[in-house]
Amino acid sequence: MTNTLSSERLGEIIATHAGLEGPLLPIFHAIQEEVGHIPQDALPVIAQALNISRAEAHGVMSFYHDFRANPAGRHVVKLCRAEACQSMGADALHDHAKERLGIDFNETTKNGAVTLEPVFCLGLCACGPAALVDGKVVGRLDAEKIDRIATECGA
Amino acid sequence: MTLKIFLSRDAAAKALGVDDVADAITREAAARGVQVTLVRPGSRGMIWLEPLAEVETPQGRMAFGPMTAADVPGLFGDLSAHPKAQGLTEEIPFFKSQTRLTFARCGVIDPLSLADYEAHGGLAGLGRALAMTGAEIVAEVTESGLRGRGGAGFPTGIKWKTVADAVADRKYIVCNADEGDSATFADRMLMEGDPFTLIEGMAIAGIATGATKGYVYLRSEYPDAVEVMNAAVRIGREAGLLGASVLGSNRAFDMEIRVGAGAYVCGEETSLLNSLEGKRGIVRAKPPLPALEGFLGKPTVVNNVISLASVPVILGKGAKHYKDFGLGRSRGTIPLQIAGNVKHGGLYEIAFGLTLGEIVDTIGGGTASGRPVKAVQVGGPLGAYFPRALFDTPFGYEEFAGKDGLVGHAGLTIFDDSTDMLKMARFAMEFCAVESCGKCTPCRVGAVRGVEVVDRIAAGDPTAVPILKDLCNTMKFGSLCALGGFTPYPVMSALTHFPDDFSGSATGAKEAAE
Repeated sequence: MTNTLSSERLGEIIATHAGLEGPLLPIFHAIQEEVGHIPQDALPVIAQALNISRAEAHGVMSFYHDFRANPAGRHVVKLCRAEACQSMGADALHDHAKERLGIDFNETTKNGAVTLEPVFCLGLCACGPAALVDGKVVGRLDAEKIDRIATECGA
Repeated sequence: MTLKIFLSRDAAAKALGVDDVADAITREAAARGVQVTLVRPGSRGMIWLEPLAEVETPQGRMAFGPMTAADVPGLFGDLSAHPKAQGLTEEIPFFKSQTRLTFARCGVIDPLSLADYEAHGGLAGLGRALAMTGAEIVAEVTESGLRGRGGAGFPTGIKWKTVADAVADRKYIVCNADEGDSATFADRMLMEGDPFTLIEGMAIAGIATGATKGYVYLRSEYPDAVEVMNAAVRIGREAGLLGASVLGSNRAFDMEIRVGAGAYVCGEETSLLNSLEGKRGIVRAKPPLPALEGFLGKPTVVNNVISLASVPVILGKGAKHYKDFGLGRSRGTIPLQIAGNVKHGGLYEIAFGLTLGEIVDTIGGGTASGRPVKAVQVGGPLGAYFPRALFDTPFGYEEFAGKDGLVGHAGLTIFDDSTDMLKMARFAMEFCAVESCGKCTPCRVGAVRGVEVVDRIAAGDPTAVPILKDLCNTMKFGSLCALGGFTPYPVMSALTHFPDDFSGSATGAKEAAE
């Protein structure tokens, strides 16, 4: 995945979605899917195309947890913090993960390998603690699985 | 010899390694020269047995689980001697004692086979609806007693009638699939396991109300459900189930899947509509009701996945069949989601009316850790914590409201006796602070103050307890939507039912011991 978005490609993405009712979120998703984040210089272009203010484009982008202004690490590990996972000891596991990776939630390891994020519910509440590793679901997480994931991600 | 093996494609099965089992089956079949038909349905809902493999036999499907790749060779030998054999799937007590109406096909059929769907009763409801007037369909849904399964419990038929009676050039059906509550996964399971049921329900809603366009607002935390739903809509369109003439009826209905972006508050219907329009997911004041001024200002039905997915069976089998299940004003069946620290976790669809104790102890089998149950949170992060003393409460909307709790989306999180309820109360406030849309003060500021006040109690300040109660009262009655308005449920129930956890000295002693 490259981290840059050419203005031609941005124009294509906007054009593909412009006909939708409520196109802004689909446009943001498409950009993030392609380059891993929403380059901030894309916002005025999108705003112009959709006839909304720059402030509104920024406001929408920054409202949602999913959209990032900066690229994430090569791998994104999301750990579920919700109640069902807590009931299975998620909190202690999260401490273990933070210690193993040497980072807190919403941080990226120094070598750029892993970004660690909290998530509130993956719908895996009967097989928690749960995680999402690069979009792939993981259930019955334990310290051993966390270590394996960290190693596989190169952290 | 040909073997037919069913292996769930549900996200929970994937999270527990079902794809490794699938690979092992393919390898083993090739090595033995045996022909295997591998079908990937949704989940049967017995999550503690996932990955669950089912082998077709003349007696019915035989269940094996929880499977690992190492258990695969045994599927090719004497099945009754297999160490993971669970007997016939539909004879497993957890499964056999259910009443599966909405989830009748989930785990049984190939989710993306429209032929399989029809062979198992699919499209019967839509077929009947197409021969009825909109008003007749609305009357049938009203008669069934179906109430919004998302949590609010508003009568679905009445909502539909408001939209049907509204005059506008365009109307919409919006499916709320932003299932963000912890312990809930019924929407996800249904979308992954029987997506055409939701599509059929939305098409019926469209025909009943005169709406020609539908949207499913599906949370981004469910990548597998997004994939299945997109594929199902494509297949439905190609087959003429969606489009300008639904099943050749000359009545139009089409739909799109839209993906959320990680905001819990977008499960609230008005902030969902704002999000769908491409705005910040800020809650709107009501009135106007979305039924009159919803998506893009047009009359809109906003229904939960399970509400819409229950419509095909109501139309297919008639309102009376559905209504005959249930208790009091809670009619029909409810897919209970039994989760957290529980031995037999999963989805259990049953008529309303079981007691909380039956659900937790008999069906759930108690905790996974083997320790005593301390509390059960019913209805997600905004639901109350129930102590064992309230386990005789029957599962119904009014019955739970009478105990200062809520049914919500029918998720139950079970906690064992190692749980610190003060910590859970603090988490409820912290969650509200993180997820607040910021529009109203009681929620935006109240939640932050709530965390601080709970911390004061934890530090041993008894004067903070009345402040917490007062704050909860303000949030409950002063917030615009359920996020701020219901956060007091978990907080107050924890404080009321587990006062020992809130005596600062106890917490202090616990910390000192650690």
